[in-house]
Amino acid sequence: MALTNELALARIEQKGAPFIKSSETSYDGMLNVVTTREQIIDFLRFLRDDEQLQCNFLTSLCTVHYPESAGEEFAIVYHLHNWMDNFRLRVKVFLPETDPSIPTATTLWPTANWMERQEFDFFGIQFTGHPNLTRILNVDEMDVFPMRKQYRLEDGTRTDKNDRYFGRDGNYAQTFD
Amino acid sequence: MAKIEEMPEGYGGEGFFATSLDKAVGLARANSIWPLPFATSCCGIEFMATMGTNYDLARFGMERLSFSPRQADLLMVMGTIAKKMGPVLRQVYIQMAEPKWVIAVGACASSGGIFDTYSVLQGIDKVIPVDVYVPGCPPRPEQIIDGVMKIQELVKNEPLRRRHSPEYQHLLEKYQIA
Repeated sequence: MALTNELALARIEQKGAPFIKSSETSYDGMLNVVTTREQIIDFLRFLRDDEQLQCNFLTSLCTVHYPESAGEEFAIVYHLHNWMDNFRLRVKVFLPETDPSIPTATTLWPTANWMERQEFDFFGIQFTGHPNLTRILNVDEMDVFPMRKQYRLEDGTRTDKNDRYFGRDGNYAQTFD
Repeated sequence: MAKIEEMPEGYGGEGFFATSLDKAVGLARANSIWPLPFATSCCGIEFMATMGTNYDLARFGMERLSFSPRQADLLMVMGTIAKKMGPVLRQVYIQMAEPKWVIAVGACASSGGIFDTYSVLQGIDKVIPVDVYVPGCPPRPEQIIDGVMKIQELVKNEPLRRRHSPEYQHLLEKYQIA
């Protein structure tokens, strides 16, 4: 029997209830489960190894910055995939900006290595226990985490760029005759 | 039909022709430029068309592309240069032997183009001196050829002492290239 959101959630609630902080079905029909950083690794291991859920593929790991939500500025999002039933699942952990650290998932999936380095590179998330947490895409000398919203997207050395042509004159309302 | 260069200015008569060394050397250099393509994106694709039989860059004496900077005369930078690529580009430029020329092909190489962002070099002239800029996103092969012909014009008319002049030394110092 193919796995559905309802069946998966029922299974999680039955076997791994203490891991769940909250859950919802997002606009795209995917099941989102929120947990805490203390439980994330145990929860991911449960999702990977459970004989019914079998979410044993880490598709993606990404971060979202919500500067306005105090104490929960960073959302770490794990995308899991069950290849047997083609079932997908999101797991989220919210972290405060003052202490953006979370245990590494490289202990479960080696592929998390580069994904976590990317999140460190762009958001400054500290993955404790990561074997080599260094910048992966940006230049090594960079001293900011550029995807945090307090940093400008534009390059500081831009000289001949006109904000108007990049939609950055503060007026985004377009009228077309 | 073979392209025949015009004779440079000079004084000739039966069985002899006298001109300045500058002009003779310039003529030879301008028609035997070895380009080093540094192609990173779509402008590089246009360059491939430029190299192909339809547009035939070879007729300018560019039959042989030099993939070693040591033997190249003309660095053709085509495409977006990310900041991480900047030091590599600089290294390639430094490795080229004098005399050398640089052509920035396309909006990205010239100014960063549409990439108004922290990760992209806002024009290669931030790290190396550039002789000719070719506009376009990407430019047509005709435009690239036009840029190459502008380079040929520069090469042809360059005084032999230019590379030893204080102005040229000053230019290199500005880019912190010894």
